[in-house]
Amino acid sequence: MRSEVREALIAKLTALADDEVILAHRGSEWTGHGPILEEDIALANIVQDELGHATLWYGLRQQLDGSDPDQLAFFRDAYGYRCCELVELPKGDWAFTMLRQYLYDLYEALWLEAAQHSTYKPLAEAVQKIMREERFHLQHTQAWVERLGQGTDESNRRLQQALDMQWGYAQQLFVPIPGEELLVAEGIVPDLLPLRERWLEHSTRHLQNAGLKLPINPGYQPTSRAYHTEHLWSILAEMQSTARWDAEAKVW
Amino acid sequence: MTTLPNTEQVWEALAQIPDPEIPVINVVEMGIVREVQIEGPKAIISMTPTFSGCPALHLIREQLEKTARSLGFAEVEVKTVLSPPWSTDWITPEAKERLRQYGIAPPKPAQEQGSLIALEAAPTRCPRCGSFDTSVKNTFGPTLCKAIYVCNNCKEPFESFKTV
Repeated sequence: MRSEVREALIAKLTALADDEVILAHRGSEWTGHGPILEEDIALANIVQDELGHATLWYGLRQQLDGSDPDQLAFFRDAYGYRCCELVELPKGDWAFTMLRQYLYDLYEALWLEAAQHSTYKPLAEAVQKIMREERFHLQHTQAWVERLGQGTDESNRRLQQALDMQWGYAQQLFVPIPGEELLVAEGIVPDLLPLRERWLEHSTRHLQNAGLKLPINPGYQPTSRAYHTEHLWSILAEMQSTARWDAEAKVW
Repeated sequence: MTTLPNTEQVWEALAQIPDPEIPVINVVEMGIVREVQIEGPKAIISMTPTFSGCPALHLIREQLEKTARSLGFAEVEVKTVLSPPWSTDWITPEAKERLRQYGIAPPKPAQEQGSLIALEAAPTRCPRCGSFDTSVKNTFGPTLCKAIYVCNNCKEPFESFKTV
């Protein structure tokens, strides 16, 4: 592999993993606080899967540059993280969390479907593995969007509020990272442009069926993964505190 | 001088390790151990994760290593392989029956995994009374590999192994 392709792949894997880690941590904030016990368990399961996916992405990076996944997750500060801003936003209410998880799951499902034939075999193998878990997620979160959208006036209003806030942020999922075109040209990762079309088509139909209006003005749309919201600093402070306090602390 | 066991004996020893979350089946029946190779004083064990975020993976890895060492291997390498991805089809029929007796509805034959939006089609049978009149209560359960059902016939809730 040419060195510039390798560098781009390392950066892409980092972005994929960072999204999953931060989203997983946001989801874990509901543990013990879910609206009902079963949903508490379901969300904990979903984000535990996301954390597993992050482990796989960091693992692929490790094969390329020998970096330690735990170091990356627990000892990098916000400037080093390459997650998108959508996953950083505070968890908000249940509608906010479910909508974000839905928008993300749909993106992830479509990305995985397109990436399963990657020319980079270790990536294709990881994708096959992750796909088997991901289908349970989308099934769950799209049902929640429908339920809240068509539920009561209040649940619809809250979901609509979440959508107005998140729609612009979600577009960042489809902004290529610097050098991504090299990976696309080699068939290592899918082109985000046609994926975005499919995502828009699926999400628009589902959101409208759930009784929501797509924002006319998409609002703020982040473009670079080198920049973050202020929320990333506080979430990392919490997430990394144990590891930074005692690096030898047992994983479980 | 002690003689080291052959691969078959290593497999037998590994089959004594119970799955940490479902102790009625062992890690070999579960399909987690994929390959055992012996190279002189070294044992190489290939394992595959069930669910990528499964917290039991650490423990399984440790136990595989410990067991191989106890057989006399000076060096043990536990490799993780992802391909082909683990499928519940690899759980042996005997182990599936033991799952049922333990109160967990066993997984159904895995379908083609092409589409991400497919719903589970095959009906789930209550492991207690055998009725097919069951409903999903939660696609997610106490562990990543299980969903929660309730039997409309005997009214008992039960866990069902996810088919992957």
